[in-house]
Parts: sequence; structure tokens; C-alpha cells
Amino acid sequence: MAAPPPRRTRRRTTALASALALFPLLLTGCGGVSVTGSAPDTFTTMGYGMGDALATDRIDTAKAALPSLHINVTEGAFDQQQFLSAVAAGDPPDVVHMDRSLIGGYAAQGALLPLTSCLSQAHVDTGDFYKTAIDEGSLNGAVYALPDSYDSRLLLMDDTVLRNAGVRPSSVNTSDWTSLKSLTKKLQRQQGGKLTRIGFDPKIPEFFPLWAKANGADLISADGRMAHLNDPRVVEALTYAVSLVNEQGGWGKFKSLRDSFDTFGAKNQFARDQVGMYPMEDWYVNALAGLSPHLDLGTQTFKARDGKPLNWTSGYGWAIPKGSPHPEAACTFIKTMTATKTWVHAARAKAAQVRKAGGPYTGDVTGNAVADRIIERDVWKPTGNAAYDKATRMLYSVSNKGFIVTSNAAGTEFKDAWQNAINRVLSGEQTPQQALDQAQHEAQSALDLANEGRG
Amino acid sequence: MTTTQHARLGDSTRRRSAKVPGRWRRHETWAAYGFISPWIVGFLVFTAGPMIASFVLSFTDYDGIGASHSVGLDNYRHLFQDPAVAKSLANTLLFTVMRVPLSMALALLLAMLLLRVGRASGFFRTLFYLPVMTPSVAVGILFLLLFNGNVGLINHVLGLFGVQGPAWTTDSLWIKPGLVLTSLWSVGSTVIIYLAALKNVPKDLYEAAELDGVGRWNSFRHVTFPQISGTLFFTLIVNTIASLQTFTEAYTAFFGSSNSQTYSNDAALFYVVYLFQQAFQYMHMGYASALAWLLFLVVLLITVIQAKVSKRFVYYEGDQR
Repeated sequence: MAAPPPRRTRRRTTALASALALFPLLLTGCGGVSVTGSAPDTFTTMGYGMGDALATDRIDTAKAALPSLHINVTEGAFDQQQFLSAVAAGDPPDVVHMDRSLIGGYAAQGALLPLTSCLSQAHVDTGDFYKTAIDEGSLNGAVYALPDSYDSRLLLMDDTVLRNAGVRPSSVNTSDWTSLKSLTKKLQRQQGGKLTRIGFDPKIPEFFPLWAKANGADLISADGRMAHLNDPRVVEALTYAVSLVNEQGGWGKFKSLRDSFDTFGAKNQFARDQVGMYPMEDWYVNALAGLSPHLDLGTQTFKARDGKPLNWTSGYGWAIPKGSPHPEAACTFIKTMTATKTWVHAARAKAAQVRKAGGPYTGDVTGNAVADRIIERDVWKPTGNAAYDKATRMLYSVSNKGFIVTSNAAGTEFKDAWQNAINRVLSGEQTPQQALDQAQHEAQSALDLANEGRG
Repeated sequence: MTTTQHARLGDSTRRRSAKVPGRWRRHETWAAYGFISPWIVGFLVFTAGPMIASFVLSFTDYDGIGASHSVGLDNYRHLFQDPAVAKSLANTLLFTVMRVPLSMALALLLAMLLLRVGRASGFFRTLFYLPVMTPSVAVGILFLLLFNGNVGLINHVLGLFGVQGPAWTTDSLWIKPGLVLTSLWSVGSTVIIYLAALKNVPKDLYEAAELDGVGRWNSFRHVTFPQISGTLFFTLIVNTIASLQTFTEAYTAFFGSSNSQTYSNDAALFYVVYLFQQAFQYMHMGYASALAWLLFLVVLLITVIQAKVSKRFVYYEGDQR
């Protein structure tokens, strides 16, 4: 056995070992791991991106409204896990930017603060916003989120594809389901066993509320407490929408082609005539204007079976999480970001940026109806590109009419219930009736638990 | 100095020299504890603590935000009534049964090839290991691109041989085989382990077998296999546990990426994906904790069975188990 080292060396060894042992404790003990990493004068946002001048200009305005705070914009999409972990750990961001369809669920869980006192103290007139957008960010009559965007659904058409198939674009009418199916079959192309062009994409599962509403049904009751997922009209709508996919070779071929689209590239599905027509959120018109300014793009409103125009609206909202370090500043921030003046100023900045780059500015729809009217009247100007000008006019005309999937306490669970049901039908695992019966059971259980406060 | 003094000194020196090694041994023991204490603290704080917390939470309706209330065994009862639990468990077990033998066989084949490569072994070893460094999320996206039924590379290659490939990403029958094939991307770490084991097989055993006129297959069966059986068993356990905990690739491809925000497929609903949904999307932390404990029991059961069965085929040098 080797001789023991001197006592001093042994002491040092033990001290070093003890220090090493304490190291993880020190790491974990000094305030824990912070999601937001906020210093007292730092104001943190979550779920907001700074993609263009519209976004950056508004943040600049908000910074001016909160001069004593350093605004830290944590960019990136809203992440449910990150948000929930942050709230549970008592370390939430000051404000959160999220899909309004999630607001009800988080509000029911107590993860968000109602904006009732904020709205009255800051003198925010909710009448300035689209009513549907305010309703979508509310639960049981209390507003939890102020609208920060407003997506309308338009029918986008590749007029070249339609004309080449001998179809007059103006004759397209989504209210006649029999002729729509024939048209779908006529516009699609298959080659060597592969689908090479989608004639008409019903955009399911994501746009299914549009199909249900077109058939006269809502997925949920007006008070947000009763699911209507296996209503016969909902089942009929799903059966029809799935039949449109099956008419084009089935889900496997259909989705494979859809997944291969270069949606945000110059070789997008319209540029390559890979699609005849489909309902789509209006922001894609804006994207196309930048990607393919010379497209033979046609736009129409989607129509219900009774022939009336139909617009399913959704979008993002600003909310204040429970435990927000600066709730009063958060109220000021939200008010400023969604104010008419802020939006108009930002729209001017964006229009200048787009025009400077040589692109057509196709307008902005914001969630604030007053701002939208000013932007339409004063900021947007016809570009001379007939297709995009028509799209913008149509977008502004439909934005005042719209319906929402009623806000509810089950939030994501309700949404997943109907979307998963449609996926099971598309994958051939269940019939529409079986899938929607199961979805009804799942959604109603989730709603009941959430409304009992046991979500 | 007197004789007595000498004797005393001698006694004390003897006593000291007899005592010092014992004291040093104690010091060594404490030092050892000191050095391993970061791991012990880490284990207590980051593993044992959360496990105990999760066990307690599994008896509550905790939602991650508000106060929790005891619900007794409700969460565990619900496990047996929830069809998604059975579905996700079946998916996970089927995936494991397909993936583990295939990945082990492929890794062994590659390791045996590497053994024969000679000088270029280092290059190929690095080459095989590089994919392991790829983030799992990227692999999930890669799955969607490579296995696209319409324009994916896999079906394109199959088409060169006149085979029309399936709709890997949408057909429920082909989802799991597709994910299994994708998971082989990261087989490199197992290859490295097998290569080390193969290099440790004594050459004289092969020479003896050759002298006895044993062919290649029998040489592998009677020499290589027993010699590396301990390593095979280790990788069997590790790969099985990893497969039972599969999450990222399937989640990215079918539940979480921007390409699949709305399209999920029940065939890809693995157990941990469902657990994640319950915990972080639906905020049912209590139920998710119960799900976690069921998975723990399933993993434990399978590992115990594997350990029992292994006694029949695992050879340990000197018969030390």
C-alpha cells in the first residue's frame, strides 16, 4: 500500500470533494432555472415574432409607452409546454401572444388573468375590435385576450387551371356540393398512379368548422358547454368533405402531394399549377403577393349550402398570465399593441417597406376593426395588379362577417377531439359516424371536467 | 535513550503504522463519497425527487397551475378505461418488437464489417456515429421528407426497381415500419459498442475453431455469439427501454411540427406522446403521472423477463453473473 499523503493534502482533497458536491446545489439553489430570466425592470413577451415592419414598428410603439422597462421579445411560436411550465413555476412572462382558440382552456385553468379591470382602467373600447375576435378571447363573459390578428377564410383559385379545364372561374360556387364534387374530379390530375394536381382541397381537418357551418351546424353550443360533434349535419359535412379527398385518390396520395408543396417558396402550388382551388387564410394572399406577384390568382368567398357567404375567423390574442411580474405594465402593453393608432402607424411602415422592395402591398387585417377601415382607406392603394387588388377588396368586405368556434373551457382537448376524429376517418380507421361519436364523448367529458374546474 | 524508551518508541511507531492505513482508508472512503456526491445529489434532486413527486401527484387531479386535490385511485382506474392508453401501449410495444431486433442485427452486421475494414475502420466508425449527433427533431422532419409517398426519396428508389412504395406517412399500416426504418439512422452508437466487444473476443478461440474445421457460421454461433452475449444483452435492455420511451421523432412528424399541426395519426400515438399530451396540452398532470408509473411498471416487467431469459444465452467470463 502506498504511503498516505500528508494531512494538508488530505484536507485539500476533502475540501475539493465537498465543493464539487455543493456545486449542483449552488446551481439549482440560486433562484432556480428561469424561463424568462427577468430582471425586475425587464418586461418579457412570449409567442410573438418580429417577422416584418408591422411587428417591429408596434414593438417600438410599445417600448415608447413603457419607457421604464426593458422589453424583451422572446421570439418564436407559442409553446404550450414552455408556457405551462413557466406559469406552474411562478416564473411566467409578462404577456403572452397565443391562438385565441386556446384562451378558453387556459382561462378556465386560472392560467390567465381576466382583463376586466385592465380594460376599464385603461379605457379600452372593446367595440373597436371585431366582435367575433373579442368573443373568441373570452370565457363566460369575461375578456381574457385582446385580438392581435384576424384571419378570414377565402376561396383561392388558380384561374389558369380552371380555364384550361374549361371552367369559368366566376361560375365556381361552393354552395352546390354536387357540382363541387364534379368540379373537383375535373380539376384533379393523376399520372402513373400518383396524384399530380389537387383539384379542390377541402382543407380538412383544420377547416372542418367551415364545412359544418356550411351545412348549418356548429361544433359547440353558443354557451361553449355542449359539444355538437355527432350532430347529423356535422356527420353529413364530414362524410362529404372526406368524399372530396377520396375522389382524388384517397388520403395517402392527397396528403403526400400536399406535403410536397413549396408553400412559401417561388415554386409554390399555384406557381406550379399543383392545385385548382381551396379555402385558405387570407394571410396567404399576402405571402403569394411576395412570392409570385404575377399569378393568375382568383379569389371568392366560401359559400354555405344556402348560398350565403361564409367566413370562419380566428387569430391571435394578447393575454396576461397568472403571476405576471408587471400586470399593470402588461395592461399598458396590450392596450398599446392593439390600439388603432399603433396598427395604422405600423401598417404605414410595412407598406413603405413592401413598396420599397418592389412588391405589392395587399393590406392588413388586424383584429381592430377601426384600424382596418383606416388602413383600407388611407394606407392600402390599388397596386394595378388586378388579381391581388380584387383579393384585398374581397378580404376587407368579408372581414365584417364571420363566425367562430365558440370559446370553451376545454380548449385544446376540444379541438383535438374533432381534429383527431377527422384524421381517423381520413386514415380509414373509422367511419364518420363512429369517429364523431367517439369525439363527442371525449369532447363532452373534457368540457364537463373543465367546467367543473377539474380540467 | 534507554532501552525502555526505545521499546516505547518502537511500540508507538508500530501502533501508528498499524493505525494509519485504517484512518487513511476512512479518508479514502470519505473522499470517494465526496467525489461521487455530485451524482448522488443530482440523482436525489433530479431523479428520485421528481419520481416521488410524480407518485404523489398520480393520486391527485393536479393541473399544473392550481391547487391539487386527492382523487384516490381514480387516475389508475381511468388508465384501464381509457382506449388511448391501450392503443398507445400497443403501438409502443409493436414498435419495440420491430425496432430492437432489427437495430441490433443491423448494428452487429455493421460492426462485423468494420472489424474487417482494417485501416479505414476509424473513418467508417466516425461515419456511422455521426448520425447519432443529429437532433431527433431533425430526424422527425427527415422522416416526412424521405418517406413522402409522392415525392420521397425512399419511394423514388423503390420505383427504380419497379416497386410502388406505400404511403409511409399517412397509411396507418406503414407508419410504424417507416418510423422503425427512420430510427435505424441512429444505430451508430450500438455499432461502436459491438465493435469493442468483437475486438475483445480472443483470437485463439477462432484459431482453435479453424483448426477443428469449423465454418464461418458455426464460428460465429459457437465462438462470437457466446463471447459477446453479455454486450448483446446490455444493448437489448438499453434499446428496449429507449424504444418504450420513444417520443421525439413520432411527435415531431405527427403531432408537433408545423407540417403536422392538425394531422395526427393514431398509428403514431406512442405511449410517451400520449403522456406528454395529457401533461402539457391538456394539463392533466395527475393523470400523466399515473401514466408515467404504468410505463415504469411495464419497463420493469419487460426488463425482469429479459433478465430471466438472458440466463439461458448470456455467457459471462469466469461464470460471474
